[in-house]
Amino acid sequence: MDLFDILISASFWAAAIRIASPLIFATMGELVCERAGVLNLGIEGIMVAGAFAGWIAVWAGLPLWGGVAVAFAVGMALGGVHGILSVPFGLSQHVVGIGMTLLATSLTFYTYRVVLPEVSSPPKIEAFQAFEIPFLSKIPVLGPALFAQTPLTYAAFVLVIVTSLVLYRTPLGLAVRAAGENPSAVAAQGLSVTAIRIGAVMVGSGFMAVGGAFLTMSAFDSFFFDMVNGRGWICIALVVFGAWKPGKALLGAILFAAFDAFQIRLQQTPIGAVVPYQVFLMMPYLLSILALVVMSRRAEVPAALMVPFNKGER
Amino acid sequence: MTGAEPAHPVLRLSDITKRFGALTANDRVSFDLARGEVIALLGENGAGKTTLMNILFGQYTADAGTVEVFGRILPPGAPRAALDAGVGMVHQHFTLAGNLTVWENIVLGAQSLTALSLKPREVKARIRDLSQRFHMKVDPDARVGRLTVGERQRVEILKALYRDAKILILDEPTAVLTPQETDALFATLREAIAQGLSIVFISHKLHEVMAISSRVIVLRHGRLVAERRTEQTSREELAALMVGAEVTAPEIRPSTPGAPLLSLAAVTTAGIGSAPGLDAVTIDLRAGQITGLAGVSGNGQAALSNLISGLTLPLSGEMRIAGQPVGDWTPRMAIGRGVGRIPEDRHRTGTIADFTLTENAILETYASQFARHGWMDWQAARAHAEEMIATYDIRCPGPDVRIRLLSGGNMQKLILGRVLETGPQIVLANQPVRGLDIGAVNYVHGRLAEARDKGAAVLLISEDLDEILRLSDVIHVISEGRLSPAFPRGTMRPEDLGQWMAGHGFEEPAHAS
Amino acid sequence: MRLEPIANPTLPRRTLPPALALIATFAVAALLVMIAGGNPADVFGLIFKGAFGSKFALLETLNRATPLIFTGLAIAVAFRAKLWNIGAEAQLYAGAVVTVVLGTGALPLPAPILLPLIAVAAMAAGALVLFIPALMKTRFGVDEVVTTLLFNFIFLLFVSYLLEGPLKDPMGMGWPKSARLVPEARLPRIIEGLRLHWGFGLALISAAVIWVIDAKTTLGFEMRAVGQNAEAARFAGIPVTKVILKTAVLSGGLAALAGFSEVAGLKGSLTLDLSPGYGYTGIVVAMLALLHPAGVVVAALFVAAIFVGADSMSRAAGVPSYIADIMLATALLLMVLAILLTKFRVRRD
Repeated sequence: MDLFDILISASFWAAAIRIASPLIFATMGELVCERAGVLNLGIEGIMVAGAFAGWIAVWAGLPLWGGVAVAFAVGMALGGVHGILSVPFGLSQHVVGIGMTLLATSLTFYTYRVVLPEVSSPPKIEAFQAFEIPFLSKIPVLGPALFAQTPLTYAAFVLVIVTSLVLYRTPLGLAVRAAGENPSAVAAQGLSVTAIRIGAVMVGSGFMAVGGAFLTMSAFDSFFFDMVNGRGWICIALVVFGAWKPGKALLGAILFAAFDAFQIRLQQTPIGAVVPYQVFLMMPYLLSILALVVMSRRAEVPAALMVPFNKGER
Repeated sequence: MTGAEPAHPVLRLSDITKRFGALTANDRVSFDLARGEVIALLGENGAGKTTLMNILFGQYTADAGTVEVFGRILPPGAPRAALDAGVGMVHQHFTLAGNLTVWENIVLGAQSLTALSLKPREVKARIRDLSQRFHMKVDPDARVGRLTVGERQRVEILKALYRDAKILILDEPTAVLTPQETDALFATLREAIAQGLSIVFISHKLHEVMAISSRVIVLRHGRLVAERRTEQTSREELAALMVGAEVTAPEIRPSTPGAPLLSLAAVTTAGIGSAPGLDAVTIDLRAGQITGLAGVSGNGQAALSNLISGLTLPLSGEMRIAGQPVGDWTPRMAIGRGVGRIPEDRHRTGTIADFTLTENAILETYASQFARHGWMDWQAARAHAEEMIATYDIRCPGPDVRIRLLSGGNMQKLILGRVLETGPQIVLANQPVRGLDIGAVNYVHGRLAEARDKGAAVLLISEDLDEILRLSDVIHVISEGRLSPAFPRGTMRPEDLGQWMAGHGFEEPAHAS
Repeated sequence: MRLEPIANPTLPRRTLPPALALIATFAVAALLVMIAGGNPADVFGLIFKGAFGSKFALLETLNRATPLIFTGLAIAVAFRAKLWNIGAEAQLYAGAVVTVVLGTGALPLPAPILLPLIAVAAMAAGALVLFIPALMKTRFGVDEVVTTLLFNFIFLLFVSYLLEGPLKDPMGMGWPKSARLVPEARLPRIIEGLRLHWGFGLALISAAVIWVIDAKTTLGFEMRAVGQNAEAARFAGIPVTKVILKTAVLSGGLAALAGFSEVAGLKGSLTLDLSPGYGYTGIVVAMLALLHPAGVVVAALFVAAIFVGADSMSRAAGVPSYIADIMLATALLLMVLAILLTKFRVRRD
């Protein structure tokens, strides 16, 4: 297949959107946390936990959306722990985040072994199926790419719009943005910086967990240990790339996913026969690093990101 | 209570006591505020003014005592309740988010968090209305990060007025303003009084207290020590009440200036954040002279300070030290060429909070004086620290104490000692007494004058005009990165300097197109 | 609530919170064991026995502690300077790769020359792997947490390529595995007959060296100053960028020694599962040790004991060995909280 043919094929873009979906959820989650001033490095582990929680809930008999809700709730709970440690106690967000990732991951694996002892391969569930939106899905190229996805992918796009509206058009969003910029402005108005930040971290972590659940409930239909595979870390890079703005972050996620889909297809071309497959697999990570380097100087970082707020101190 | 007790107080503080560990910040403080009254709360740094206001505003919970607003007792520790009762506070350090617009900052927290819209149109209309009523010009759509200090303060006041505040508390509101901006602020406050508001005005500047207040309350060491009607008191009396004992400021004798030790010739530097850099600045710092640099903060002082400290290089123009052009330039080189530096922020830049006093004492000289071939000589370092404790009268448990546990004054004495110990040719003193009590202020000023008398060229950067006027042999004003001509001691009145601080009098830049 | 610094913490104030953190960690683990249907007392007993119950178990624990001392030191050194090196895993593999490249017959040298040579080369490789993110941090202000994390994935893929390509063992029957080291490139055992190699000795020596650097040298002083307050350090004339880069070299080199020691001391060849996450576990070790080199040795032994013990417990009691990972993550989080509470008092206002 010609490289150009790949880029205009509907299946390529459909794959790109599919790959982007979990990233969109988790990136929005991280963005919400960071806009409130908390770097959430628990993201990788929270995605693992969400992937498992949603899947096991459905396996145990819950409907698919019930599974999504369970994943969200698990994410919220883990976010709550992160929030309590990093906000009122002001512990290093780096250390807490890494600790949360270790904790969430090991708890997940432990639970998996307890719930499913002695299984050699994990059971499958009836995952979300593609839902073709009438008329829209008939548009050439764009239709099958955008409008023949699973409901969870649509939800990801809705989430971007909702996040954007809440952040920029509501008093709550204003308070979140102010908490990430100058928390004393929030405190001076009698609002609780602690509550706003913990709330943001909990909701954001919920989104991350749903991003993980997308993997087990929409992209695949089962749970594997190394399933998340660094996607969380990539989302942190995507937030920087998106300059902490939902729209730009969405664009970044799709661009990134398109590149990923492209390299998968590239492996099947004559180039793939010459270049070791590991080089292709490295691409997403290298791309993330590149994005960080390029964007690092330009973006407006929330001024109070990673700065704990201690009442009565300046 | 004194005979001046008003009939219907809008605000009543009763027996407020607050302790922080061993320190009693407020000790049974009580006073009333009547409608339409301006009370000045006077006291030194550390007298407990800000703590008291933070209790009134619900930021802190008092250990004892009550706050009553319009006859109702406020629940302790609830800023929300204070706001709702009509108390508005303008903090000394503005509580504004720089990435948000003026109207966003004003409306933050004023609406229910569950509301689905910010209603920007209504909000902006109301802000315009208020700014007309109180004669405060602001653009609701401007980004706060781009505003001047004076404009930011207006936003802070509007924030309170937007919430229908009936009682305004202003914490050191003039600290960062030019004399002209201060006048404008006072006009606004008088307007507010005329419209029925009441004001608590916190300050340690006596002439302002005399100008704006109807009653003065003096705090000392957390206690209310005096209450006076403004027309029945004088600056001298208030000064004595504030300080307690007679404190004599060191006498600054006129100097005999020598050769320029540090010269800038048409130096231009990059800006720092939103603050401008230097714009073709030419200046000579002469031996045996204190050069004062007046100006509203954020007008290029940081750029000049960083340049002399060795943190930055000029973009164009030339810097000479003792006649020698400066090429490569780092903090270590600055120290090596005899530049002693007292940084603006002693907590963030001047010291390392969790390092011991010894470690902080040798921070600039560890490599040259307390190490050999990369091995530290901790014994010598400790001995040096003990010597400094004695020489500079640093009150502390010993050389092993973590610096974070020292008071601001003692921290500054350590920095001062670190600078003077090396016998510097040039001393950069950036806001050397900010936040210190009068004893420490006099100590620092005395030592700076002493350094000058020994032949050092001292550059004093301060936002406090009184300090500049008192200490400087020659004064420059900085505004938007440009430097005024040199004004010798005694040739300028504060109002004249204020004109320069507001940017008047500078020649239009030649390169303007 | 508000945190208020304590001027002179009393002895209970300094010891009680960490003790409670450890107790709480075991309580959490006990709860999880019960959920899994096990008896906590039995399980903890089995873990202890599995770690210390026999000469074999003890040696296994010491062997397992060896790479953890190296990665723990690497992270302690970096974290002290607030260089957030989460990439010790990649640096470990860098050291391992160099060990294999130089140790499989490329250099016909006697052991006393070859081994130090390999060790130094391995350190250089690990240093380089961390130097790049450190440079990105100092040059572009890119947060090194994310870059070092991403480097782990990249480097593991690189190793995978090497093991399927240039470094593949021709006798490996298709497995992605390197050739075995020549005998001269193997670290000898400390005591003949006991399964404990000199990697452990080297780890102890490294800890001592780091201790001396920390306490006695200008570099140690500079690294601490930069970590505590980089702005003040820069103002005082400490060359901050240089210090960060030096820290990166030291930290990366230490992590690489873990890879060197594992390949040359224990395994004899390189496979993709050389490290079961020693780079990440090193973070826990370093934090439990309060970033102190002596503490790293103790913490590494503790962590290794839990891992070794949990492995053998899992076989006997049927409780998943992941309980060990949970305990360590819990201990990490609770310990940083406990350390805070030794220095600050929580006030309600």
